[in-house]
Amino acid sequence: MDLISILIVVAKVAFVLIVVLHFGALMTWAERKQAALIQDRIGPNRINILGVKALGLIQIMADGLKMIMKEDFIPAGAHRLYHTLAPAIAMFPALVALAVVPFGPSFDVAGRHIELQVANLDVGILFVLAVSSLGVYGIALAGWASNNKYSLLGTVRATAQMISYEIPMGLAIIGIVMTYGTLEMNKIVELQGEYFRLGGLPILPKWGIFYQPLGFVLLFTALIAETKRTPFDLPEGESELVAGFNVEYSGMKWGMFFLGEFASIVVVSALVATLYFGGWQIPYVNLMALPALPRVLLGVATFFGKVIVLCWLQLLVRWTLPRFRYDQLMHLGWKRLMPLAIANLPLTAAWIWMLGGMKS
Amino acid sequence: MPYTDRVDYVAAMNCNVGYAMTVEKLLGLEVPERAEFLRVVVGELNRISSHLVAVGAMPMDLGAATPFMHALRERETINDLFEMLCGARLTYNYVRIGGVSFDLPPGFTEKTAAFLDHFESMMRSEFDPLISQNLIYRRRLAGVAPISAATAIAYGLSGPNLRASGLDWDLRQDEPYSIYPKLEFDVVVGTGEVGVLGDCFDRYAVRVGEMLQSVRIVRQCLERMPDGPVMAKVPRTIKPPTGEAFVRTEAPRGELGYFLVADGSDRAYRCKIRTGSFASMSILEALSPGWMIADLVAIIAAFDVVAPEIDR
Repeated sequence: MDLISILIVVAKVAFVLIVVLHFGALMTWAERKQAALIQDRIGPNRINILGVKALGLIQIMADGLKMIMKEDFIPAGAHRLYHTLAPAIAMFPALVALAVVPFGPSFDVAGRHIELQVANLDVGILFVLAVSSLGVYGIALAGWASNNKYSLLGTVRATAQMISYEIPMGLAIIGIVMTYGTLEMNKIVELQGEYFRLGGLPILPKWGIFYQPLGFVLLFTALIAETKRTPFDLPEGESELVAGFNVEYSGMKWGMFFLGEFASIVVVSALVATLYFGGWQIPYVNLMALPALPRVLLGVATFFGKVIVLCWLQLLVRWTLPRFRYDQLMHLGWKRLMPLAIANLPLTAAWIWMLGGMKS
Repeated sequence: MPYTDRVDYVAAMNCNVGYAMTVEKLLGLEVPERAEFLRVVVGELNRISSHLVAVGAMPMDLGAATPFMHALRERETINDLFEMLCGARLTYNYVRIGGVSFDLPPGFTEKTAAFLDHFESMMRSEFDPLISQNLIYRRRLAGVAPISAATAIAYGLSGPNLRASGLDWDLRQDEPYSIYPKLEFDVVVGTGEVGVLGDCFDRYAVRVGEMLQSVRIVRQCLERMPDGPVMAKVPRTIKPPTGEAFVRTEAPRGELGYFLVADGSDRAYRCKIRTGSFASMSILEALSPGWMIADLVAIIAAFDVVAPEIDR
């Protein structure tokens, strides 16, 4: 690997990190504004720099500044190392999972083939599943290391919830893997650029959602549960557990949990956009036929457009629904989602068989 | 009189009315009819605003923040109306012994009528689909902590909490006072529509139903409002004759009873207040074992207790 290839990888990593973190920060603003909109309020509109209010966007800076300047408190009896490590571990999977998500079409420049994806792994989807499972460790450590009964209760809930919902999540993704016959994210996106044809006319793009409507619902539900937001916010149910696993956190450590939560929303959206909504593909437009620059710009814009819509969808869910009770949560996970996810597999298989085998 | 505002600050008008009625009973005082109408209007408007807090706070305790904001937005309008009427938004001190302190300001009737129309359509088009029909919300409350009618009576529950157990008992109809006999309204009782009779959802549904009945009552009152004075002739210093009196009224949180002992001076020798929340909280110890912590939140929220009422 020569220097330039390394530089290219570093640039891609930097791009993804910067985009995700900014997205996460912007999400806090979007969440406030969306909540205000739903609740017939105005939302942040006072804070300004020299009179520039920018629709309340400056609130993000104020929030960040506040979190950095607050006292970093470690409670007595807490495990200092784990207490400090936990927020980082909680945030890490969200950022790493994005490494395999292709965010734009590939292009050739100066004799190099560049794919807009940090790492094009053969087992991309497996990697996402593996990394997202790691998220539970951050939460578990946080709750346990805080030496607080509410944290511990929140942690137990969070762990049980994340492990339960990982199973339908995995099963739902298998449907996609069966359909497209590959674990490579890049390939999956490419295949979604084709069309169901009726008499030679392109009718529908071969998007995951049209192959796997049930799988989409299952995966999206399970992923929202993984982000631990309403209606699945039992780990932090403030009326029961004060704030759940992060009750003993303050300052930027709490900020990392917070940012991690928003980053995971972005990851969820990116994943769903890639697997079910054709990633960077625009229906009925052959991006690969365009010259490199417009192709990349259009592709990246399309991808993030889809991500934004899906993020927004999650915000709407968050501010509309009440919280599940613990037994209802488990009921939904094990007795509803899981049988449906299992049933989805033979259905998918039958569908593929009927179509005469979908070849990549 | 201003102290009675604090008995239940969410429904101060109803507390005012109860106390005034007790003193009037001691004095044998007749209240002008227009004042009676005004008392019912403000009492029922306050019942709506109080129940709005209750049905808004319940979803919030269960994790949905949005319905609370919608409910409080409507309550603001009622506060505005009361501000027009008496200048205060929370502790009104509007009702006086012998009547009420102010007559209706110009424009009050129209504004109230407009609010009632808006409120009814809001409940139907916004609040019901958003939260009353919400599957998660219904499941969270259905069958949780049911109270049988017999248990409810044994623990002295009253008001919406009692009616949720299926018992048709409303002082406004069963022991009528003021002008309630002249008014048409239904008593809303629990039906157990999504779970067991007397469960948390019934306690919620009864409150929603009562708000709509209160809308009916206020409409009728505004239509039939007679002319006349709003205060009876009372001496500057009120000295009830020696004796005692007990009056109970239907407040939003259950029966509100005032027991007054007068010794001939201008101060009460003894005053005991019986509140609904106090009785509701007493059943909690018997009711809560066996339910989850998350259910406990729902149970307390469904009782709609307010702290100063518990502090008896």
